[in-house]
Formats: sequence, C-alpha cells, structure tokens
Amino acid sequence: MPLTNELRDDILASVPSLRAFAISLSGNGDRADDLVQETLLRAIANIDSFQPGSNLPAWLFTILRNLFRSDYRKRRREVEDAEGNYAKTLKSQPSQAAHLEFEEFRTALEKLPQDQREALILVGASGFSYEDAAAICGCAVGTIKSRVNRARSKLSALLYVDSAEDFGPDNTVRAVIGGNGG
Amino acid sequence: MKEVKKQGGLNAEIQSRIGHQLRAMYDDVVRQGVPDRFAELIRKLDGPEAAAAAVAGGDTDKNNGGD
Repeated sequence: MPLTNELRDDILASVPSLRAFAISLSGNGDRADDLVQETLLRAIANIDSFQPGSNLPAWLFTILRNLFRSDYRKRRREVEDAEGNYAKTLKSQPSQAAHLEFEEFRTALEKLPQDQREALILVGASGFSYEDAAAICGCAVGTIKSRVNRARSKLSALLYVDSAEDFGPDNTVRAVIGGNGG
Repeated sequence: MKEVKKQGGLNAEIQSRIGHQLRAMYDDVVRQGVPDRFAELIRKLDGPEAAAAAVAGGDTDKNNGGD
C-alpha cells in the first residue's frame, strides 16, 4: 500500500517496541538503534508489499528479526562486549539492589540460545500471540511454545534454582502458559 | 528435601518473577518513546524510492535494482 500519513504514524508508533525488541535481542543500545533504523528504511522501501489491514507491528518485527539474524551471523565473534551497555540505554538508573537483580536477569537472558530468547521476548514482553510470534520467526506455533517453555525453565534454573532438573519443564510450562490466554 | 515447595508454589512464583522482570526490562525502553532521529527519518522519506536509496547508500553490498 502507498505510504500515507496514517501509515507513517502507525510505523512511528511501533518504534518504541521495535527498540525494546532490538535491545533485548542484541543487549546493546547503539546496535539496537542501528537495527531499528535499517528496519524502518527497509519497511518503507518495501511498503508496497505490506497488506493493508494486516498486522503492521508483526510485519515490522519480522523485518527487524531477520536483519538481526543476518547481522548476528556476521558479528558473532564480537558479540561479548555487551556488559554495561544495556544499562546505558535506561533513562532512570534503578536502585542498587534492583540494578543488581536486573543485571543478573539480563545476563541470564543473554545465556539463552537465540531461538529461545526471541520467542520468550515476543510472547512474554512484546505481547504477541503464539501465532504472531510463529509468523515472525517463520516456524510452527508448537515450536514457539516449546521454545518459550524451554526459555522459562532455563531462566528459572539460572536465576532461582540450583537444580532445575528436579521439576520437569512440563510443570513449569503449564504454570506459565496458564496466564497467557493467547 | 524441599520437593514439596518446588512442585507448585515456588515454581509459579518464579515464573511470575521472570515474567515481571522481562516486562520491566522491555517497558523501560518502550517508555523512552520515539527518539527524534526516527521521527525525522520517517518524516523525511518521501516514499519507497527514497528509503531504498538510503538502504543502498548505507550498505554497498545491497542489491538495489530489484523490482
């Protein structure tokens, strides 16, 4: 569809969540904003292929996610410099204790395999349905569900429990999915 | 042995903390709104051609002759 002013506004309205997604994926504010910029350029360059009435945020997230993955492959070896970068992107510094807990969480999140991390963020933070998340990642809905489940089990193992094997992932999953009517 | 707690309550509590932290991290960024550079970028672009030119200009290995 043509680039109407309304569409511009809708694209702009997606920028905050695109940035949050990009930062959660890359752990690096500067790189995240480059990723968002390139996403916007590509979206507008290909705006003719956007179907009016379809899910614009999901379309934009798909572009960003694909860019991140090709970028990530290129830069794989220099990825480990993220320490402290994320905190810099925050406007207000959290309190000391909250900051520590936050850092711990961020570090644990970065330890997840990429597939699991993106699935967890899309469903657990961006608020996409499993169906939309599957479309964004180009995989089956069941695959997204199992990635989210594994991500949550692994995070709880890393953060809160010394022996996560004691409870099966199925239990963990059920508790989590229950709240998410997707 | 602490198997009793692990089965139900603790598990759900941990999962809710994870969900909370995940959203807190994400929403922190969302609340920053739209940085000026992106508002300007979108305002400046007349249409697909301008955006395609900007993509091609920023990264020389892209194919810009497509459709």
